[in-house]
Amino acid sequence: MPTDLEPVATVDITDCVCPMTFVKIKVAMDELAGGAILAVRLNDGEPVQNLPRSLKDEGHKVLRLLDNQDGTYGLLVKKSEEA
Amino acid sequence: MDVDYKALKNGGFMRQKQKDRFSLRLKVVGGNLTAKQLMVIATAAENYGAGHVHLTSRQGVEIPFVKLEDVENVKAFLASGGVSTGVCGARVRTVTACQGSDICPSGCVDALSLAQDISQRYFGRTLPHKFKFGVTGCLNNCLKAEENDLGVKGGYLIDWDSSDCFFCGVCVKACRVGALSRGQRQIYLDRQKCVNCGRCVKACPTNSWRGRPGYLVSFGGSFGNRIAQGRPIFAITEDREAVLKAADAALDFFTAHGQAGERFRTTIDRVGWEPLTKAVEAALAN
Repeated sequence: MPTDLEPVATVDITDCVCPMTFVKIKVAMDELAGGAILAVRLNDGEPVQNLPRSLKDEGHKVLRLLDNQDGTYGLLVKKSEEA
Repeated sequence: MDVDYKALKNGGFMRQKQKDRFSLRLKVVGGNLTAKQLMVIATAAENYGAGHVHLTSRQGVEIPFVKLEDVENVKAFLASGGVSTGVCGARVRTVTACQGSDICPSGCVDALSLAQDISQRYFGRTLPHKFKFGVTGCLNNCLKAEENDLGVKGGYLIDWDSSDCFFCGVCVKACRVGALSRGQRQIYLDRQKCVNCGRCVKACPTNSWRGRPGYLVSFGGSFGNRIAQGRPIFAITEDREAVLKAADAALDFFTAHGQAGERFRTTIDRVGWEPLTKAVEAALAN
C-alpha cells in the first residue's frame, strides 16, 4: 500500500475529450519533478478506461483511483523518476 | 490454340474482360513483401503488364494486363526475383495477417509467423471450394478473424496475483465487458464474461494481472455472397500446435463432407456443428 499520497498539483480533464485529455495530463506532468504526485479529475467512460493504461505506458505509476460518486473519478499518479 | 483457362486460373492467372489478357495474382503471405520483391514486381508490371499493380482486398498483389503469350516468361522473371504466383479456384488461398507482436504495440501473438506456418502447410491445397485463413494478433481484430473460413486471433489468458495489488480498481474500470468486480481487498473475475482482451493486464499499475498469450480460433466465417461470422469450437489455447491440429481437422472435415462449389460454412450448416466439433476435439486430444 503506497503511503504519502499528497499531490503537488491537480489537473481537471473533465472538460475535454481524447486526445486533449492526455495532452493536458502530459503538460501538467512536465511541470513536475520525477516522483511527484499529480491528482487528475476525469470522467467515467473512455477516460477512466484508457488513461491509467496510457500513463503506465509512459512509465508513470497510478497510485489510487477514487470514485467521486458524481460521474467523475480522481486519479493519483506518481510521475516517473526517469522523466 | 486451345487455352486451358481453368489451369491458368488455378495458377493465379485471372481472366480479364480484355481478350487474352490476364491479371496475374502473386503469392503474398500476411501482406509482407521485401523491397527486392517489390522491385521485381514493379519491373514485371512495366515489362509484361500495363505499368501498374492492383492491391487486393486480402493483402495480395495482382499484375493486370499480362498477355497470354507472356505467361511463362513473366513467371520465370518473377521467380528469378523470389516472387511466386498465387492461386485461385477451389483451394486454400492467401493467408492474411497483421504485423503481430513483433511490431505492433497491441500485438499479443506473432500473427505473421503463424500465417507463414499456415501458408507453408496448406497454401494451394485443393478443397471443395475456396478456403481462407486469416490471423490477427489481438482482440482489436484488424484482420477480421471471424470473416475467414478459419480465423485465428490473439488473446490473453489472465490470472490475478494479489501480493502487490493495492486494490485501486483501475482494472475494474479498464474492463469493457464487466468481467471484473472489486470486493474488500479482493478482485473477482467472471471467466464467463472475460473475452481475453488483456486490458486489465495492460492497465494494472502493479502488474498484479498477468496475461499469457493464447489463440482464439473461429470456424466457418465467410464474407462474400454469403455473410456469416465464424464461431469458436474450443476455448482459448496457449498451444500454437493445437491451432494447426484444429486446422488439419477442419480441412479434413471439409474434404470429407463438402460438396463441390460449397463453402465451408454451408458444409457445416448442412452436416452440423456437432460432427465438426467432435472431429476438432478428437484432433486436439491427440
